[in-house]
Amino acid sequence: MMRTLLGNKRALVGAAILLLYFFMATLGPFVVPLEEEQHPERAFQPPSWEHPLGTDYLGRDVLAQIVHGSRDVLFVAFLAALFAIAIAVSVGILSGLKGGLVDQVLMTLVNMMLTIPHLPVMMIFAAVFRVRDPFSFASILAFWMWAGLARAVRSQVLSLREREFIQAAQILKLGTGHIVFKEILPNVMPYVAVNFVSMMRGAIVSSVAIMFLGLAPFSATNWGMMLNMATIQTGAIYIPRALSYVLSPLVAIMLLQLGGYFFAHGLEEIFNPRLRAHE
Amino acid sequence: MLIVLKRLGLALLTIVVVSVITFIVIQNVPGDPIYEWAMELVQTSGLDFETAYKIAAQMYGYDPNEPLFHRFVTYVKRLLRGNLGYSMIYRASVNEIIAKALPWTVFVVSISLLLSFSLGVILGTAIAWKRRSLLDPLVTGYASFTAATPDYVTAMLLLLFLAIRLKWFPTRGAYDIGIEPGFSLRFIGNVLHHAALPILSYTLEAVGGWALAMKGAAVSVLGEDYIMAAKARGLRDRRIVTAYLARNSILPLITGLAISFGGMFGGSILIETIFNYPGMGWFFSQALMRKDYGMMQGLFLLTITATILANLLADLLYAKLDPRVRLER
Repeated sequence: MMRTLLGNKRALVGAAILLLYFFMATLGPFVVPLEEEQHPERAFQPPSWEHPLGTDYLGRDVLAQIVHGSRDVLFVAFLAALFAIAIAVSVGILSGLKGGLVDQVLMTLVNMMLTIPHLPVMMIFAAVFRVRDPFSFASILAFWMWAGLARAVRSQVLSLREREFIQAAQILKLGTGHIVFKEILPNVMPYVAVNFVSMMRGAIVSSVAIMFLGLAPFSATNWGMMLNMATIQTGAIYIPRALSYVLSPLVAIMLLQLGGYFFAHGLEEIFNPRLRAHE
Repeated sequence: MLIVLKRLGLALLTIVVVSVITFIVIQNVPGDPIYEWAMELVQTSGLDFETAYKIAAQMYGYDPNEPLFHRFVTYVKRLLRGNLGYSMIYRASVNEIIAKALPWTVFVVSISLLLSFSLGVILGTAIAWKRRSLLDPLVTGYASFTAATPDYVTAMLLLLFLAIRLKWFPTRGAYDIGIEPGFSLRFIGNVLHHAALPILSYTLEAVGGWALAMKGAAVSVLGEDYIMAAKARGLRDRRIVTAYLARNSILPLITGLAISFGGMFGGSILIETIFNYPGMGWFFSQALMRKDYGMMQGLFLLTITATILANLLADLLYAKLDPRVRLER
């Protein structure tokens, strides 16, 4: 598998970008400390040696905010993807194994959730519940993100259920716990893992958008909050000198999204050889 | 027929469930929005608190001191009469706001959809027909780039460079205040000038996706016998592409187009907010940012209903257009 990963250029570029962001989010905050002091006289400075990405409306270093923001953004997205996958896998396996009425009710619920546009609902939930911490924020995101994956997991379980090793386990009366955790879960996991990156990408797009509208104002360095400050609150977007301040979070989001996209598609090509045949 | 009824039932059920959930969620707003609003009335119009509270409660549509079930009945009755509620910040009914906002959103989104769809179909057909051309990697690369960038990033870059830096386009509104609305060339030109960047953002974001979808559909149609037969009959390439290839491959895309038209009623919250374009999405983000729960609820319900009905329509339409497709049970 490592060899196919190394052979797939897109996946490799994606992995490199994601790794860069991973180190920025984990080690970065220790290397670049966040300035708490305010220097209004140094506001909106263009890039310099001292401030490679310039300064914000209070004269604070933008690079430090981007670095600390990467931790905030990735942490929320990671939690959201984790929660969503936990719900999706449970619902998918339950629905696929139980069948009957349980399956019908759960799949009706899934179909309903899939027709509701996600971003507006997430925004309403964030506004009404006045989100102030990453955990509740991630829960709201996850609540509207699991449905598609649950349906996919269910159809995987349905096909697994007919395979010999599951039927053998059932005949041996190995118990539902054994079948779920030892037989089905290991077979579903690779598929779920491939979806993890895409889930995180989706969570980043939505969470930054919600932050941009100022609906979850709890981490000042989140790129969405930076954009909110730069465009809605302080009007830095109209100040020519502040170009690097406005552009930095935009470029940070774009590059991270591209990395995630390339990596996820590369993985898909690796796990799904039929896609590779087309190249 | 039974299947159609079942689909219709699911759609209606979804609408009902969503309206109940929004009702419950908004009922449980922390604090008392009517109290906050009444306080504002006291400050702005100098009423005493009791009267202000009564007015606020009446505008809001119900009294929070009534039991939940009673409030729910009032809410449903109001909805059934077609009254979508009251906006606190604009002091107007949500229906009035929608009447003002919806035309702009429909205008911008339908132009963008038509533009991106037709451009995408042309590009997709072209790259499916000539697989080894230079256009293929170009379009595919562009499509993955736009699939990766969120639409609000594109919109903000366009605003920053084309509107603020180069001053080629205005940064807010649907038309300049000084211009009399009407069927004058000056007004139409002004409206198009204001709509240009929102349209460009939608189109740039969507065209790649349509092109890829069209390419996928066209590549599978290329393997069909009737294409081979058309080639064998010596028809000109142009005719094979338009009358045989494109016509048959466009079918699966119709569903997506119908769904996009349904999603149009909500507009794009972020694109309209970024360009300060007074459509449905802009009013929705105002409601969110300024905690106007009445407007939030009304706009959301309309958007959801339109989306769900469009999904239903797309399903039925597709089965009608392509008899090979049978709706699943």
